Formats: sequence, C-alpha cells, structure tokens
Amino acid sequence: MRDHDATEQLQQRVRAAVASRTPLCITGSGSKTFYGREPVGEPLSTRAHRGIVNYEPTELVITARSGTPLVEIETTLAAQRQMLAFEPPHFGPQATLGGTIATNFSGPRRPHAGAARDFVLGCRLINGRGELLHFGGEVMKNVAGYDVSRLQCGALGTLGILLEVSLKVLPRPAREITRVLELDPAAALQHLHRWACLPLPVSASCHVDGRLYLRLEGSAEAIEAASATLGGDTLEATTLWHEIREQQHPFFADERPLWRLSLPSDTPPLSLPGQWLYEWGGSQRWLLSTAPAEDIRAAAHQAGGHATVFRRGDRQQAFQPLPATLLHYHRRLKQAFDPHGLFNPGRLYPEL
Amino acid sequence: MPNANTAAANKQELLQQLQDLLPVGAVLSEPEDLRPYECDGLSAYTRLPLAVVLPESVTQIQHILRLCTRLGVPVVARGAGTGLSGGALPHEHGLLLSLAKFNRILELDPRRRLARVEPGVRNLAISQAAEPHGLYYAPDPSSQIACTIGGNVAENSGGVHCLKYGLTVHNIQQLKIVTAEGELLTLGSTALDAPGYDLPALMTGSEGMLGIIVEVTVKLLPKPERAQVVLAAFDDVARAGRAVGEIIAAGIIPAGLEMMDRLAIQAAEDFVHAGYPRDAEAILLCELDGINAEVSALILQVREILLASGATEVRSARDEAERARFWQGRKAAFPAVGRIAPDYYCMDGTIPRKRLPEVLQGISELSREYGLAVANVFHAGDGNLHPLILYDANRPGELERTEAFGARILELCVAVGGTITGEHGVGMEKIDQMCVQFQPAELEQFHAIKRAFDPHGLLNPGKAVPTLHRCAEFGAMHVHGGRLPFPELERF
Repeated sequence: MRDHDATEQLQQRVRAAVASRTPLCITGSGSKTFYGREPVGEPLSTRAHRGIVNYEPTELVITARSGTPLVEIETTLAAQRQMLAFEPPHFGPQATLGGTIATNFSGPRRPHAGAARDFVLGCRLINGRGELLHFGGEVMKNVAGYDVSRLQCGALGTLGILLEVSLKVLPRPAREITRVLELDPAAALQHLHRWACLPLPVSASCHVDGRLYLRLEGSAEAIEAASATLGGDTLEATTLWHEIREQQHPFFADERPLWRLSLPSDTPPLSLPGQWLYEWGGSQRWLLSTAPAEDIRAAAHQAGGHATVFRRGDRQQAFQPLPATLLHYHRRLKQAFDPHGLFNPGRLYPEL
Repeated sequence: MPNANTAAANKQELLQQLQDLLPVGAVLSEPEDLRPYECDGLSAYTRLPLAVVLPESVTQIQHILRLCTRLGVPVVARGAGTGLSGGALPHEHGLLLSLAKFNRILELDPRRRLARVEPGVRNLAISQAAEPHGLYYAPDPSSQIACTIGGNVAENSGGVHCLKYGLTVHNIQQLKIVTAEGELLTLGSTALDAPGYDLPALMTGSEGMLGIIVEVTVKLLPKPERAQVVLAAFDDVARAGRAVGEIIAAGIIPAGLEMMDRLAIQAAEDFVHAGYPRDAEAILLCELDGINAEVSALILQVREILLASGATEVRSARDEAERARFWQGRKAAFPAVGRIAPDYYCMDGTIPRKRLPEVLQGISELSREYGLAVANVFHAGDGNLHPLILYDANRPGELERTEAFGARILELCVAVGGTITGEHGVGMEKIDQMCVQFQPAELEQFHAIKRAFDPHGLLNPGKAVPTLHRCAEFGAMHVHGGRLPFPELERF
C-alpha cells in the first residue's frame, strides 16, 4: 500500500457520523482490539491514512500519519541508527502508530527512557465536531497552549481521531548486553532498588522463573564498568526483551486472565495467588491469576497503584475505577472534545 | 467573566469572608501591601489585585476557591513570581493567591527516588535536599535558586539539561490540584502511570488556567558519576549551528548544549569572567555526563566533531571550578546583558535547529529595522532561542518598539515551523501571538478544555488563550491586505 493522505475521507466520515449521531469504533490494524472494554460503533479504519510525513535525523523528530505501520517507522529510524526509545509493543505485524499512541503502550525501556507520552511532540486530530486541529509541533520545547497531544496518549481514541503524530527519536545505543542473576523476587526487587540509585546504564529489567535479567546499553566502557558492579553472567544475543515486549515469552502462554499491575517500584511481592513476571524495576508486574478481580484491585490500590485486565478476564471492568470527582472531570473533558460521544464510546470507561 | 460592578459590590463581602476563613495577616488589601505583587518577572506589565491571600493549608485553598466561585471572583495563583510572561500578573477585580507559605518538602523517598513537595518549594531546594542520597531533580531553569516547583509545573519549565533529561512534564509523577469549584484532585500516581486520561500532562504548562497546584511529586535521578563541559569558539554563527547537528548526527545526546552569540559572550565575560573567548562570533558549551570512562571517550569524539565543523578553538574545563565558571557565564547571561543596557526584553521562541542561520539572519535584519540591538542565547540542543532585545524604557516609545520587534521575532519562529514559546509560557505577554500560531477551531478547543475544569472562567482569566474576538482585532490590525508576515518563507 502506498503512502496516502486520507484526511478528507476521514473528516467526511466524522461529519456524517456527527450528522447522524452514529458512534464510531476507531481501528488501525486491529492488533490491540483485545484491550480495554468491548469496542462498539461503526468501524472507522485509519489504515489508508499512512506514510512518514517528515523525518529529520539531526532534529531527532519523525512525523507520520496514524495508519503508518510501526514496522515501517522503526525500519526507517534504524537505517539512521535511531529508534523509538519507548520500545512500543506491536502485538501484531501491522500495528499502527495511531494505536500505539492511543494505548500509550511502552516496552522494557519505559522506566529508563519514558513512555510513549514522553516522546510525543505534536499531533493532528479530528475532534468530535469534525474539525481538523493541530497541536504542538516538531520542536522539542513548546508550551503554547494546553498539551493536547500528550493527552491523547492512553485515551484510547475517546478524545479524537489521530491523524498525525510527531515523536522525538533517539540514537540507538552503541552496544547492548544482558546480564542474568539467580534471585528470588524479593531479593531481585531489593537489588533493583539499590542499583537504581546508582548511575548505571540499565535499560531494561525483568524477573521471571527465579532469574533477574538486566539489559545494559551504551558505550563499551559504560557496559564493562556496570557489568562489574552488577555481577551475574552475560547472556549472549538474546531475544528475551522482544519476547517479553510482545508477550511471546512462554510465561504469557496461559489460559488464566492476564493482569497488568502498575505499582510503586518498591512494593514488596504481593500475596495474590497466581504467577508473576516483574518488569520496569518492579513498577510493572504481570499476573496470571483466577483470583477475584476485587481482590487484585484492592491489593494494587492499597500499594498505591492500579490493576488492568489486560487479556482474557472480564474486559467490561478492564480499568481500575476512578474516584467520583475525578470521573466527573473526565466526563467534562470528554464532552469538550467529543460533545456527542461518538468516538470509541465506553472503550475506556462506560461514562466516557 | 465578572464585570467591574459586580466585583466591586462583592468586595466588602469577599474581604469579610476571607478574613473569617484565614488566619490574621493572611489577607492583604491595603494598596501598599499589594504593591509587591503587582507584577512577576515581566515587569513591563503591572496591575494591583483586589486583595492578596496567603493561605497555609489545602483546606483553606478549597474554601477560598468555593467562595470565589460563589461570588464570581477571579483568582490568579503566584509562586515566586519569577515567570517571564506575565502569567502571575494580578487581575484587577480578582484575588492573588500566593503559595509562598507552602514551602515544605513533605517526603523524600530515596528508595522510590521521589520527592513529595509543596508548590512553594524552590526548584534548587529539592536537589539540595536530595543531594545526601546521591540524587537530584533534573530540570534546572536559570532562575532555579528562586523559582518554585508549583510555577515550574504551571509553565512546564525547561533549563539547560532538558535535551537529555526532559522538561518538567517528564520529571513529575503526581500532582494534587484544587479546581475552581474547590475539589481536591490527585492526578497521576507514585506508580509510573495512572488509570484514565493523562491529566498530569494536561495540567503541566497550563499556566494556572485549569487548577491550583497544591502538591507535586517529582522524580529524582542518580547524579552522574562525572560531568564534563567542552567550550568551542566559532568565527561564524551558522557554522556553530551546523556543529550542533553534527554532534547529534553522531548519536550523541549531550546533557547540555548551549550557544551564545558575540554580544552575549562579551556581556557574560565582562560580568562573570567565565573565560570565554571575547573575539568569537559564537561559542558552544557542550556538557557530557555519565560514567567516567564513557565521558572520557565522548569528550574525545566531541572535540573531533567540533574541530571538523570549523571551531577555531576547543577547550575542556580542566577542573570542576572551571566547569562551574563556564556554566556561570551562560546562566548569568540575562543579568549580564542587563548591565549593558538600561532594560532588556527576553524572547523565547523554539525553531527546528536547521533553520537557525536564516532565523538569526532575520533577527539581525529586524534589529536594524527597529534600531535595537539583540544578544542571542540559545538552548541549541533543543532549538529554544532566547533573543534579548536591548532597550531603554525611559525613552518614549522604545518599549512599544521593543514589543513590536519581539512579536516579529515570534512570528518568524512560527513561520519556520517553530513556536512562540519554548519554556516561558504565553501568559499576558504572548497572547496576541497565539492568534498567529493557532487557528480559531484550535483556540476554541482550548477554551472548551478550560470550561471543563473552570466553567465560570475564574482561574487566571484573560491569559494564555486569547478569545476569538481578540484575535479578530489583532488580525485586522496585523495582516495588511491579507498579507502574512514573512511571505517569502515556506509555511508549515
């Protein structure tokens, strides 16, 4: 499929939907259809709206249309030895930029480099009145107007149809290695916290099956010095980080509901029944469990975090409920962008 | 928006009720007590508020806002008042809400690498408190000894290290805000994300328009093992600009990458004797940090790039004292320029870096056109330009000419695909230039967001986002015969 600007067609569809008050279900490749509450509405695909609009390696910026496959963006960046530093999970061969931003999904480098939202510089979108709007831009620093671009990250399309996104990109590290240490979860968390206070070039961490894996990246000098500090063994060329990011690691092959717990990193191992995989220095924990949702939510909440039904389980209760006052302002914000409630209604919360 | 009559009629009731809510001495209404609050760091704009309140607790702030909502009284929040865009300029019929008494660090958690602080805590005080743990707070605006974290969040402040370490929005994890209706909300969390919309992102840089920030939880980073700065001199500004691109093309992200032009170099050198080469057309300061061995390797690489890019001289700071001096010259650039002219006006546009030569050329042409000198200080790594226009406010008409010149610079930034403000905010100062940067539907979307949080328009009214009516008037005055400024430039 060739590069194509489908702005006009998309805007016409939205205008027609506004006129007939038809809810729309915004989709890219469908790689993340499993996520969040059940999609409803007339499908509206962004896939025809694709192509890299601008890429300036020395400006560290790329701008692409929302239907552009992530693979295409990553290949283009790699040719210049650059990357999307938030290492987005694809969850499908045709995953698009739009879905990546709408879900704010971020990979193993997240606690060290930032999430998708940290790299968004600007966007073009269609709001629920069918208007074309442009916020932010292609420059690193921009405080003119409210940060509408970052607000789209994780909004699951409920605030607008993304047309174009500009992202900050970074150079690929010169070198990377993975160290592995035999540790139980509690000891692994303790080590991670001690190391996190030191200036080490750690770019990913994961604990599974009694082993702690750490990815180091940077110059050869930095990696060598850090390896000595961390101890353990070097794991040669590993696909581990890719498998974890894409949930292709054997841990994820299971029938039980998959929960994502986002917690303060130093939360001790929680005593919920099931199997755990720790990531992000302890901040992101995957739990395979048939425990009641309310137990899992209560444990996450008590620790100062939240729990999401990621796969399987009761997707109608996918996200941790919001306090009533906060939900009130969420609803008003939704109305400010999408007064007729047409974009992905109920995908995030029933009220939005 | 309340009109003058209703506000005046409410004044006595308002003052009485505020005195009932707040401790003795926390409500100021005598003109001489209001005077210190008449402006922020942009002293060209002054205005007295109806009254100043200095609450001591979040509950008091909630009561104040509920009262103001009931009486329809505008509220302007103020931290240290170091802002450069008039964001904390009082409203003549409104309250000025000072957060000066919210100056405590509530919790410093080295394990989670978080500090939970009140909004009136100074930026630098956070890094000082974290220092014993080998940690620091990364964003370092030049005003960091005085500016407060609440103001940093309201403006999304940057600093010289944001190319590598990000802006305020990248370095905060949780905010507590009080809305116009007096509701206390917790946004974000002490985990890396929170359910629902990314409201910390929306709130950061919202210039006091959406809520009053009453608590901030910031991320702390481990201090790098070593930081080293390289100074390079150039006999041509464009060449210095290209050198910046070369460093980044080599895959290096410096901790800081700053440029100064001849006038700024000389002013800084005369002021702090930083050791800058006085005869250079431009200097670059490039800071590299990380572990020791890595920094050594990077310095060699950067030196070679700079020399290959035509630097006439490349020096590494020999010791920590010299490194501090190199930076002192840069951080003191604004006051240094203040010594060579009675007044200066600091602009804050951001541009795509590769457009630097033509933008500097444009500024220098405008400088001749307006008959006003300009010193340029540039966060070169992230394209954030601070032209300092030198003027004398005592000469009739010169301030107006300076403002007109500044506006033209900002419009030039927009024309090359940049923005009217990189880190200082729109405030009062750049409100007309918002009409140049945004289309009516975009401004209307901003107003809709504002109404979602502040339905009666009481928080910092008249700032940051212009009304369409104001833009229509500005446009009528500004675009002659449908001609845009800088018609020769490609539009983005």
